[in-house]
Amino acid sequence: MNAEQILFILFGAVSLIGAVSVISFRHPIYSALSLVVTFFAQAGLFVLLGAHFVAAVQVIVYAGAIMVLFLFVIMLLNLGTLSAKGPIGPKLKGFAVILGILLAIEGIYIAVNSASDTAVAAAESATGTTTTYDIGKLLFSEYLLPFEVTSLILLAALIGVIVLVKRESQEEN
Amino acid sequence: MENLPLVLILSSIVKILIIVHLLLVGVMLMIWAERRVSGWMQDRLGPNRVGPQGLLQPVADGLKFMFKEDIIPDHVDKPLYVLAPAMLLVPALIVVAVVPFGSSITLFGHEIPLQIADINIGILYILAITSLGVYGVVLGAWASNNKYSLLGGLRSSAQMISYELTLGLGIIGILMLTSSLSLRTIAIEQGSYPWQWNFLIHFPAFLAFTTAMFAETNRLPFDLAEAEQELVAGYHTEYSSMKFAMFFMAEYMNMIVGSAVTVTLFLGGWHFFGLENVGGPVWSGLISFGIFFVKTAIFLFGFIWVRWTLPRFRYDQLMNFGWKFLLPVALTSVVVTGILWITTNSRLVVGIGNAISAFIVVSIVAGLLVMTTPKPAIQESDSQFAPTALDAVE
Repeated sequence: MNAEQILFILFGAVSLIGAVSVISFRHPIYSALSLVVTFFAQAGLFVLLGAHFVAAVQVIVYAGAIMVLFLFVIMLLNLGTLSAKGPIGPKLKGFAVILGILLAIEGIYIAVNSASDTAVAAAESATGTTTTYDIGKLLFSEYLLPFEVTSLILLAALIGVIVLVKRESQEEN
Repeated sequence: MENLPLVLILSSIVKILIIVHLLLVGVMLMIWAERRVSGWMQDRLGPNRVGPQGLLQPVADGLKFMFKEDIIPDHVDKPLYVLAPAMLLVPALIVVAVVPFGSSITLFGHEIPLQIADINIGILYILAITSLGVYGVVLGAWASNNKYSLLGGLRSSAQMISYELTLGLGIIGILMLTSSLSLRTIAIEQGSYPWQWNFLIHFPAFLAFTTAMFAETNRLPFDLAEAEQELVAGYHTEYSSMKFAMFFMAEYMNMIVGSAVTVTLFLGGWHFFGLENVGGPVWSGLISFGIFFVKTAIFLFGFIWVRWTLPRFRYDQLMNFGWKFLLPVALTSVVVTGILWITTNSRLVVGIGNAISAFIVVSIVAGLLVMTTPKPAIQESDSQFAPTALDAVE
């Protein structure tokens, strides 16, 4: 077992433990923090794949910005501990079981398929082209249209939020 | 990875040990410097009893912190309360890994760069790790289960998120001209002379970046998270002993690393009038390290200077300043740098264009703010201060 495998197992385990803790903690703040741990471990996995840029973006966007806002809202609303009974009824439970089985099948399918040598070889040939320079070049040439469309969608969302918030505050006045 | 020469592995370990200890000693020196400089600015002496010139005062303080009783109040959320100081300290410590603190030393035929890790996403790594620092403050505040702490934490998280944008945008201009995210490349691309350094080419971005960094390190005039007059001590009200000391160590460490990053990005790194090339393969590396050290120290003095001369912002002023002045200035700097660099390919034009555009943007924003702010109603009651009375005296 080389260093890379040990690190993979470590990050994978941390990420799994974090993901399970998100749903098993009763307190929203602890759940949010577990999600941060998961994001961080996943950034570690990206680094192992040679995707440094994606790893950095994962930490900056999810761990550094979005989850801080989550915590901010939880603290501001002062959400207490969820009660043991919770809002999950029998209907939702059945739904969750079906979704879980589907996900498990998907996971097994991916695990079986990626174990073949071709997938590993493809992944190995793909690494090395993941520097920030290359990503930038691809984004602004081959994927220019999707990139611009995505940024327009984000802009629309931004303006939408401002319009919604603005109207409320004017009514208050 | 397996066939690394022993010299490189050993040198990495030595570099890590030296830098971490330099950082810790730097924190002690900063605490001493802060107290002495503030004393000098307020026309008093400051601590000067322990050791020569009071230099051992931080050691005495540290010992005192260690031997004090570590009180954990009953009403706190214990796991997070214990975790929070570490969550602030660890990011502050690991950011320094990508900062290049000198050119390179050649030992036994191997060139050893004076940097712990030269990764190709250097700047993004710094932004990513510093953005994690906010968790320490927010969790410490929430876990303390105290109104004042919580208010401090909320203020701090809003402030850090707002100023992080400016911090990121301020760097983009440099990235466009160097076309690299590696801090080492950025430092090398800047020449030996001050007029080749980035702070002149990107002057508005430099000011915006530095200001945002003051806000990110929670220093005056942006230390609303721990404003004594309003919030007792903000997010660390409930902390005592070494945990309290850890909050402060993290603050000073953030300052040191922030200064080092600014020196690398904007102030030419280890370059100074060609002095860094003097001497052999070993001496030139050591001299470059010395230059970097002195530059960082001068910048840190600026931190102390600002703290003891500027008053604190009000909270709405802080938000207005961040969103209505710094962000537009940084954003314009990105657009102007991009357009001028593509069309003229001249650093001089980019520098002049940046300065002029920033001036225009600030004037427009200031004009708009003055026009939209309602005039305060003049009160008739205090007639004793009316101009007629003054005229009569004259």
